[in-house]
Amino acid sequence: MGLRELWHRLGSPRWFYTMSRNWPWIFGGLAMALLLTGTLWGLAFAPPDYQQGNSFRIMYVHVPTSMIAQSAYIVMGVAGFMLLVWRMKLADMVLATVVPFGMSMTALSLFTGAVWGRPSWGTWWEWDARTTSMLVLLFLYFGLYALRQAIPRQETAGRACAVLALLGMINIPIIKYSVDWWLTLHQSASFTLTEAPAMPISMWFPLLLNVLGIYCLFGATLSSRLRLEILKREASTQWTRDIILGGRL
Amino acid sequence: MTLFVGQLRREFIVMFQSLEEVANPLVFLFLGITLFALATGGGPDVLADYAPAIIWVLVLLANLLSLEGMFRRDYEDGTLEQLVLLARPGFVPVLAKVAAHWLFSGLAMTLLVPFAALLLYLPTSALFTLLMTLLAGTPALSLIGAVGAALTVGLRRGGVLLALLVLPLYVPILIFGAGAVLQQMGGMESHAQIYWLGVISVVSLTVTPFAVQAALKIGLEQ
Repeated sequence: MGLRELWHRLGSPRWFYTMSRNWPWIFGGLAMALLLTGTLWGLAFAPPDYQQGNSFRIMYVHVPTSMIAQSAYIVMGVAGFMLLVWRMKLADMVLATVVPFGMSMTALSLFTGAVWGRPSWGTWWEWDARTTSMLVLLFLYFGLYALRQAIPRQETAGRACAVLALLGMINIPIIKYSVDWWLTLHQSASFTLTEAPAMPISMWFPLLLNVLGIYCLFGATLSSRLRLEILKREASTQWTRDIILGGRL
Repeated sequence: MTLFVGQLRREFIVMFQSLEEVANPLVFLFLGITLFALATGGGPDVLADYAPAIIWVLVLLANLLSLEGMFRRDYEDGTLEQLVLLARPGFVPVLAKVAAHWLFSGLAMTLLVPFAALLLYLPTSALFTLLMTLLAGTPALSLIGAVGAALTVGLRRGGVLLALLVLPLYVPILIFGAGAVLQQMGGMESHAQIYWLGVISVVSLTVTPFAVQAALKIGLEQ
């Protein structure tokens, strides 16, 4: 199948629905395997850090969630662009399904950061560049979520969110830069600890597994939520009835 | 160009007919300053330290209050629909509306801020920097805010939602604006931040009119 054809087919929720039949299982299985191995290895077998002792192990949750929180926003921005330019139904559904996932991952990242900050910085919260921009990211997610809830018509809500997601995506680098600059003004002394020491491979590899695992988890939740969303929105069409009533997947 | 001027003239007429709506956010600005002074005890050294922060935060909030009215009236009497449908190119009347909003909120606040600075004991050496940051930064506030106002125009309870949408996007402006004044008070140069505010305003000027136009079309559908 050529790229052009794939592009046209992406416009059809039905095509995606039949195509992605096994995706939740494949991604879910991969995510399970990777996350289990990575987490077990990281929590039980990786050597303790010479400076932070065992508390560094929260990194195995913190780093993957932070990465996926930002990637999810980028996915939303791209979906928003596709929705506004090509009016793709599927892009609207992606936009709707990514928000709760991204929001919870951002919150989890902030929470684990706070838990990690307590032993290593001596404080639950530090207005450091990364925590601050993560917090702003969480607010951006809240805004998107609230906007979708506030607009009754689904189609309208989708495109309004797309405009906001795109504007947020342009703004994110500026927010990041400004917060970095703000930090240099404050000259926070505790910042040196966040610069990770070059890790030995035995610590780094489980982290890699967890990062890959969380991306697979993202793929799994996104595809299963998308499939549900497709069924909900296309509920009045014949093919969904055939599938549901016929009992075929 | 005539479209722009015509729209601007119309905005002026409307604004002059409802001056209290223009004045309310400005009153809010001073009310907020009074509250801060009362809450901190009014000591000159405390207030002076926080003056840039207080002024900039209140400017953001006052601006936010005035945003709601930007499209509301025109939406209710149906003018907005005609504007979006008929004007070619469509971003010109949008730009005129934002310009009018800036003149009556951003610029008006900039002109009144010396009095606010006086109330908060801001050192006079930093006053010029404060004015420059406001001049460079407030256009971006109106432009970015216009997108939020356009997105929420058809919603009945848009107020808090508007704040939730717009305030995170205001973060860089606040940081550079208040930061520049603080740096000036600390005896350092602050040109870089003012230039950055200018950059944000210019980028907003190029990007947001189209976003506002798109958002208005979306908002009018419901």
